[in-house]
Amino acid sequence: MHELGVVFHIMDNLEKVAKENKAEGISKVVLELGEVSTVIESYLQNGWKWAAKKRELFDGAELVVEKLPAVTYCEGCGQTYPTVEHGKICPYCQSPETWLLQGNEFNIKEIEVF
Amino acid sequence: MKEVRILEIKQSVFADNDRQADLLRADLRRKGVFLLNLMSSPGSGKTTTLMRTIEALKDDFKIGVMEADIDSDVDARTVSGSGAKVIQLHTGGMCHLDAEMTKQGLEGLETGDVDLVVLENVGNLVCPAEFDTGASKNAMILSVPEGHDKPLKYPLMFSICDVVLVNKIDVLPYFDFDMDKCREYIHMRNPRAKIIPICARTGEGMEEWADWLREEVKNWKNNC
Repeated sequence: MHELGVVFHIMDNLEKVAKENKAEGISKVVLELGEVSTVIESYLQNGWKWAAKKRELFDGAELVVEKLPAVTYCEGCGQTYPTVEHGKICPYCQSPETWLLQGNEFNIKEIEVF
Repeated sequence: MKEVRILEIKQSVFADNDRQADLLRADLRRKGVFLLNLMSSPGSGKTTTLMRTIEALKDDFKIGVMEADIDSDVDARTVSGSGAKVIQLHTGGMCHLDAEMTKQGLEGLETGDVDLVVLENVGNLVCPAEFDTGASKNAMILSVPEGHDKPLKYPLMFSICDVVLVNKIDVLPYFDFDMDKCREYIHMRNPRAKIIPICARTGEGMEEWADWLREEVKNWKNNC
């Protein structure tokens, strides 16, 4: 259910944007989604399809999700590595002193309006 | 043929909510109202912990409670017996509260004379972590039967919390719950998190928790 709540949140935001820009409708929404954000793309797409039909502004609007890979930085050795494959522990020096460089993003990149 | 335009947005999905949350926090600071956002999974003992907390602090502060649930007023009825001012919020199927809903709840509660408001968020370890409610501090409860590996499974929740209450420690002998591992996993996600083992049923550890909260509320009010 999380994804559906997020869809409502995005639509509420974009309704304001559309109004400010005097748009009649939205035909496409492009999101950037980090690999380790807590949102699952397929659920998001399903929620989008369901909700878009119920709001005139979004009727028929396509949702495009661009994935951003997750990268972790290691304080111990200064190297970066793919987060999903290795998790919290650095594969080079086994240090747990690591933090996420990118991959938890969830951004609205751009929208196509008419 | 209608003209199609591309509008660049380039902002986080949560940016709008984050802004509203910051405004609400600033407003609460001006008014000297401390808002605690209490989160956990369903059944971890939020309401029982809350009842004990009110009991411990009711002589120090005027306390208000906002119960957020998808449906029912079971929790609000329970808490109304404690002497605190209570309001029930229904999220209408939503799995979390956002800053706007919190603001509306505070208006409904009428916080004029209230020092401390506890928001009992929807039982869920995922969504409430992503939506800043505008709270002064975030607290979460992890109960022993849930297991010590939860910080690994729900990293965001543990990374945004100022304090983690490990509840139901009276049943530790019956579960394979490793307190040292639990502390290690929480601090891996959030080195600043304060961890307080408690048992809301027996009252164990509740004094330390009440002291922490009392101190935080006083600091908040002194800086308003």
